[in-house]
Amino acid sequence: MTELAKKRPKFRNINAFTDLPSYRLPPAGIVSILHRISGAIMFLLLPLIIWMFDTSVSSEFSFAKFKAAFNQGLGFVPAWLFNLLVLALIWSYLHHLIAGLRHLYMDSTHSVTKEFGKSSAVLTLALSLGLTFALGAKLFGAY
Amino acid sequence: MSVNYGSKRIVVGAHYGLRDWLAQRITAGLMALFTLVVLLQVIFSKGDIGYDKWAGIFSPQWMKALTFAIIFSLIYHVWVGMRDIWMDYIKPVSVRLVLQIFTMVWLVACAGWAIQVLWRL
Repeated sequence: MTELAKKRPKFRNINAFTDLPSYRLPPAGIVSILHRISGAIMFLLLPLIIWMFDTSVSSEFSFAKFKAAFNQGLGFVPAWLFNLLVLALIWSYLHHLIAGLRHLYMDSTHSVTKEFGKSSAVLTLALSLGLTFALGAKLFGAY
Repeated sequence: MSVNYGSKRIVVGAHYGLRDWLAQRITAGLMALFTLVVLLQVIFSKGDIGYDKWAGIFSPQWMKALTFAIIFSLIYHVWVGMRDIWMDYIKPVSVRLVLQIFTMVWLVACAGWAIQVLWRL
């Protein structure tokens, strides 16, 4: 091991609640951690996604139940919770898709400059939040 | 680097890292294309989308076969992603193993449900 390698500082026992919020992430870092968070959200809500697929395609009757879940609620689950979870899914999907396309583009064209990292990260955030707002407005019946 | 045997042996070279990295990107590309296929059918259907049109998108045999393949793409993709999250943040091996087993059971169960829905259409 060289002298230089020995001197690298070590960061151990980082506290998630006191240390992490003090870090200032660049836009690319924000996109990166949100990519993880959005993926984890979709993993946890996978049964909801399949339940929606099931009720929406299985029969006319189940399709009506699917629609009613978003208007009157279903069982003990109120309608606002369905809408909120689906809004979370819409954002998660859009962010994950757009950030993923950014990854594929960077992998295939070797666009790994600092400037491109920043501008593409800002574009990713703007597109995913803008589209989430547009589709969220549709979900909550604004148009 | 000179000593590469015994306790100093560098244990890499199984290539599963590259395989999973590539698989995650290929499955991502397939799912993005699938999104486009569904989206175009929704956009270019005439009139309001009710049950008939929505279920009609998934009823042709080619669409069932494609969706079937996408379900497998999805669980492979999510497996690699969730395993990365557990490997990065969960250090105790016992907890990590339990979470990895939970991930497998969760994904395979979800895939089974989705496939059941698909093939009874």
